[in-house]
Amino acid sequence: MKGGDEKIRISDLHAFYGESHILHGIDMWVNQGELVTLLGRNGSGRSTTLRSIMNMVGRRTGSIVINGNETIDTPPHKIAHLGVGFCPEERAIFSSLNVEENLMLPPAVRSDGMSLEEIYEMFPNLYERRMSQGTRLSGGEQQMLALARILRTGANILLLDEITEGLAPVIVRRLGEVLTQLKERGLTILLVEQNFRFAAPIADRHYVMEHGHIVEEVMAHELEAKSEMLNTYLGV
Amino acid sequence: MATFLGINLFGLSGQLLVGLINGSFYALLSLGLAIIFGLLRIINFAQGALYMLGAFFAWMALQYMGINYWAALILVPLAVGVVGILMERYLLRPIANEDHLYSLLLTFGLALIMQGVFTQMYGSSGMSYAIPDALKGGTRLPFMYLPNYRAWIIVASLAVCFSTWWMIEKTKLGAYLRAGTENPAMMQAFGINVPLIVTLTFGFGVALAGFAGVMAAPVYSVSPEMGSNILIVVFAIVVIGGMGSIGGAILTGLAMGVVEGLTKYFYPEASTTVIFMVMVIVLLVKPAGLFGKEA
Repeated sequence: MKGGDEKIRISDLHAFYGESHILHGIDMWVNQGELVTLLGRNGSGRSTTLRSIMNMVGRRTGSIVINGNETIDTPPHKIAHLGVGFCPEERAIFSSLNVEENLMLPPAVRSDGMSLEEIYEMFPNLYERRMSQGTRLSGGEQQMLALARILRTGANILLLDEITEGLAPVIVRRLGEVLTQLKERGLTILLVEQNFRFAAPIADRHYVMEHGHIVEEVMAHELEAKSEMLNTYLGV
Repeated sequence: MATFLGINLFGLSGQLLVGLINGSFYALLSLGLAIIFGLLRIINFAQGALYMLGAFFAWMALQYMGINYWAALILVPLAVGVVGILMERYLLRPIANEDHLYSLLLTFGLALIMQGVFTQMYGSSGMSYAIPDALKGGTRLPFMYLPNYRAWIIVASLAVCFSTWWMIEKTKLGAYLRAGTENPAMMQAFGINVPLIVTLTFGFGVALAGFAGVMAAPVYSVSPEMGSNILIVVFAIVVIGGMGSIGGAILTGLAMGVVEGLTKYFYPEASTTVIFMVMVIVLLVKPAGLFGKEA
């Protein structure tokens, strides 16, 4: 699985918030068109891994190569322009902007992003509510908006943090369909997910994290064989 | 003499006009403060000194370089904006992650230094700056005589205030500013150069003070103290309007000018304190300010 068309390669990544050492030497990679999940309990360092890729943590050492570019010394506002779209756990919908302003806010980072029409076709609810204040939307709609917002920029590496958290089953199912569509389009997705049943059928590979380390790598076809081990780590 | 219910209409409309003019300056200055506070969370105590700097720049440009009022109206805000950009980049940014008290004290110190330098150079008596020829004279209205330059102040500052409001509330650039106010880290993650926007915003906010300074030069005497005198009132206005609200800063500035003018007519003894009394009442009733969002 190594080599080939790597979109993200992380080697010996350490990350710190102030004095706390959160990640202890992460090694992982994501290939073009893959959907990879980071599994683990809360506090195991999954969100920090995504935030480290975005250079949104206090300090980081090691190596993060995105699309062939070493980014460990790249300022945060230049990371997105390598084709990375980040959807944070708190969704970060701007309350001072309406839905359409939220959608149009991030600058295009590549030329082949989805058009507004395509976005509204994929998420009809957003069209109906395009003039509403961003944070007046339901949780599910806000999640759709957070996702749509980075699709419009043309980002082809998506970092998605807990996108199903707290959402109704029907919305979770819809998000699963959307991710499958995006994967068919050739997008590369790194997904932090608590909901294992959501992640299992759509992911190609899983990394299991604990205490800031990657403790296991599980291929999609090994899930059944390794389910007991996963249950121990995830505490389900 | 025209009176209505015992009110001298000449006197009243005269004070109303003075109120509107003062209000125009309050609006320009508090708008600048609100923009800066919104994105940088800095209470810029140097805003008054930069207003003074604008008036002095206009005076110096005319005196030493023969640059007239109209050119100064464009060039001086740019020059003051550059001073602001340097201030942000080299003095405020290094302490951006410290407690807000540091930036407040720093800007306060800068204001004192600027005021001191100009007192040393030009004394404290004040210079006069002639009204540009095109705006000399005035118009006779039913209840008052309206000097052209004073009408110009009101029209020009309203135009600048409204354009600024429109830019922030209705354009893409303004959306960056509003979103940057809310969540700068996420803006960075979207690939927007937030430190650059912060610097430019600070520059723009203080350029508004520079613009107000040029406008003020022909009506108030150009003196080192002009900034500190007006700033105290402007801070009271910002508290009344609510920190960080753009439209609120403009409306409150104008309204407080008018309130001050009316008080000057009806009860002159209170005219210098009325704004502070309004501030106390607003703080008691709606601590976030008239247009502020409750935390």
